Amino acid sequence: MQLTVNGHRYDVHGEVGTTLAETLRDELSLTGTKIACGEGHCGACTVLVEGEPVLSCITLAHAVDGAHVTTIEGLRDHKMIDAFVRSDALQCGFCTPGQIVSAVALVESKPAPTTEEIRHAMAGNLCRCGAYPKIEEAIRTWQD
Amino acid sequence: MARLIRTEKEVEGRYEEVWLVVEEDSLDQWPAGPREIVGRDAVRLDGRERATGQAVYTADLVKPGMLHTAVLRSPHPRARVASIDLAPALASPGVHAAIGPGDIEQLTGDCTYQGTAVAAVCADTLAHARTALRAIACEFEVLEPLLDPDEAVRRGSLLGQPRERSRGDYERGLAEADVVVEAEFRTQVVLHNSMETHQAVVEWIADGIEVHISTQYIWGIRDAVAQGLGLPPDKVRIVCHYMGGGFGSKNGPDDYTFIAAELAKRTHRPVKCALTRREENTAAGNRNATIQRLTVGARSDGTLTALGGEFVNAVGWDGWSSGTEGPMQMLYACPNVKTTTYGAKLNLPPMKAFRAPGFVEGTFGLEALLDELASKLDLDPLELRRRNHTAEAPEGNEYSGKNLLECYRRAEPHWERRHEVRARSTDTVKRGVGMASQIWYGGGGPPSYAWIRVGSDGRATVVTAMQDIGTGTKTAMAQIAAEELGIPLDHVTVTLGDSDRGPYAAISAGSSTTPSMGPAVRAAAADAREQIEDIAEQRGLKGASVADVVDVLEDSQILGKGARGPNPAGMQVLTFGVQVAEVAVDIETGEVWVERIAAVHDVGRVINPLGASSQIEGGIIQGIGHTLSEERLHDPATGRLLTTTLDAYKLPTIADVPEIVSELVDEPDLHLTNLGSKGLGEPPIIPTAAAIANAIRDATGADVRRLPISREEMLRALREAEARQKEKVGAPAGV
Repeated sequence: MQLTVNGHRYDVHGEVGTTLAETLRDELSLTGTKIACGEGHCGACTVLVEGEPVLSCITLAHAVDGAHVTTIEGLRDHKMIDAFVRSDALQCGFCTPGQIVSAVALVESKPAPTTEEIRHAMAGNLCRCGAYPKIEEAIRTWQD
Repeated sequence: MARLIRTEKEVEGRYEEVWLVVEEDSLDQWPAGPREIVGRDAVRLDGRERATGQAVYTADLVKPGMLHTAVLRSPHPRARVASIDLAPALASPGVHAAIGPGDIEQLTGDCTYQGTAVAAVCADTLAHARTALRAIACEFEVLEPLLDPDEAVRRGSLLGQPRERSRGDYERGLAEADVVVEAEFRTQVVLHNSMETHQAVVEWIADGIEVHISTQYIWGIRDAVAQGLGLPPDKVRIVCHYMGGGFGSKNGPDDYTFIAAELAKRTHRPVKCALTRREENTAAGNRNATIQRLTVGARSDGTLTALGGEFVNAVGWDGWSSGTEGPMQMLYACPNVKTTTYGAKLNLPPMKAFRAPGFVEGTFGLEALLDELASKLDLDPLELRRRNHTAEAPEGNEYSGKNLLECYRRAEPHWERRHEVRARSTDTVKRGVGMASQIWYGGGGPPSYAWIRVGSDGRATVVTAMQDIGTGTKTAMAQIAAEELGIPLDHVTVTLGDSDRGPYAAISAGSSTTPSMGPAVRAAAADAREQIEDIAEQRGLKGASVADVVDVLEDSQILGKGARGPNPAGMQVLTFGVQVAEVAVDIETGEVWVERIAAVHDVGRVINPLGASSQIEGGIIQGIGHTLSEERLHDPATGRLLTTTLDAYKLPTIADVPEIVSELVDEPDLHLTNLGSKGLGEPPIIPTAAAIANAIRDATGADVRRLPISREEMLRALREAEARQKEKVGAPAGV
């Protein structure tokens, strides 16, 4: 298979049944993408495939053969990172890369989302520390 | 000078007597209020590496040759392994070793709760390990489980002795009461669900062992692993630079660390053992359920004359019977209090500490009961609490500091909103406001140590082997060091997370990290500052900046060391607070929304207001989950757990978050250390459930007595209130 991840092309060799999250983490050592539930319930593994947020822990690598994938490692210079740090929108940080990927997907299509739009777009990303109020603030103020 | 003392040490409300070498805390506290750096907002020192995914958690760690583990756990609450054959697993592709019952103490064929570890396999990949695990031929003989806590008490299946605590004369107090209210409250099992599951990577190196683990207590793990494996503690290295949440569940090494250690020993490879989410929600701990049968007696002016309770902690197979009676014993001036607490031993997974264990549950019962009393006496709930406030600890010791009345005062504007909030009710959606008080520990204690080094560039590094579990303590330590040294915050680095690279540091539990570690860091920084002042004097640079004083030192370094001094003798160090909740209840569907929560807490000096507000929000949001949506369910017939996935177990999402307003009294505790700071991790989750329940009563007149307040419970309480109302109206007058 071939994947273009964060602008770099890779030949990858996952066995049938390998998930995109496993390919990214185990084969490409891109461990910024986290696996917290492994069954598509929490959003920690969110990456962009062709610009759309997907749950990489329940996406088979073979299903995205040839696709362009963006992970948190490809967003290091994005203003959303600064916004999360500035707003204290993370505590333990384990869900944070997934939160940021989802937030970036939102603002790419809607640069100034309303509170309702933020809550709708982010409701699939669980944060057990409860950083939600500040996540909302970070997304509201990301362009500052 | 170091001094050997015998003292009481408190963690999560449990006391033990220990010998300690303490060093005098010779520094005066800073004056109250924000300083240059301490008391002002600081963004997290490690926020960027966490946000960008560069932080390497235990879950991300890969060591050369590392093997992965799958663990066979009992699917039954009570069973005996009739037969087990590991051979098919050993023959499975990629497998390096398999172990079963008796190979280590943590694997057993005597399964006393669902999730009991029976066998484990390690392989080249996780997929291979899981495939091999399925090949193990294991037959269980299923036995009848004990699941009902009251039945356990009747049968004497208890953990420890029942705990009797009393003061005054409870029976006389009841006789003196004008009004007596009795009610039974029940709270459910909730699951920690840290986003990073419990896991460790273990490798034997020479004659020692290296354990990377997601933990809240590096030094506790070191001792437990050393003891479990028969090693000198110095041969055990524990590493945890970043960890993905604990909430009380990651204080010990559990079974997975010893499984990985044994497999690593047999394979001569590093071995990772990581719980899956479903294992996490089975075998990684929980907040136990409780039954609380409570009584309050009061005079017609609201003065409490008697408080009594029978508390049953449904502990599970192991753990401890937490202080569910604590709030009833400690919160009010009531002279006559009598409580009995049972720890029921059941065939259910063991509890673990979960953010203020016991007090979250006990505060729900007590503070909801108090509002039932207020309603009966037609008294303002806030006024009722003021009338029963105590300036002196009812159990004897003095408080080191208490600003609960100030919390009440600051809560008034939020409390006053209730008239306007109620007025926004409609025919089917009723609104109301409720409040609840908070009492808890959070003073920390010795021992805890820090070192500091200052280079000729005027930059400092704090070195201590503590952990930052996401609370932001790393940042708080940097602020304290920068403040004491008089250098900018961005000139301070903190290195932590490695028992080989720094002195002993406190557990991150019991709201103790900042009050334990902060004074040690300040003492270390002061030690360095004093040395720098000596150099300044010799250079004729008295009063100059640190950078100007040390700029000629080249490779020389100023080294400071500091230790946490003792807690004030004969005093209780406690935290206080109040929360005011606003809710809306749809009386047709039973749906409850929390619309706003205001929190005012008293935790002494605040180091980082920004981080503190995040802690408060996080605690309240977990509290809302606990109150409205979270519940670990088991099948009542078989005891099998039904909610091990994150779609079945309902954590709060961003869409469930109300407006949260938080405020801290920010008065240093003048008796407590060189900082006057207490911990804030736990206090914010304590009063949330009761404040919501009381707001529901204010909105609807219904007494909810069971968590979570599901639609079913809400509708039950509404029907009950309606029946009560009818009875009242229907009763013949004057009879």
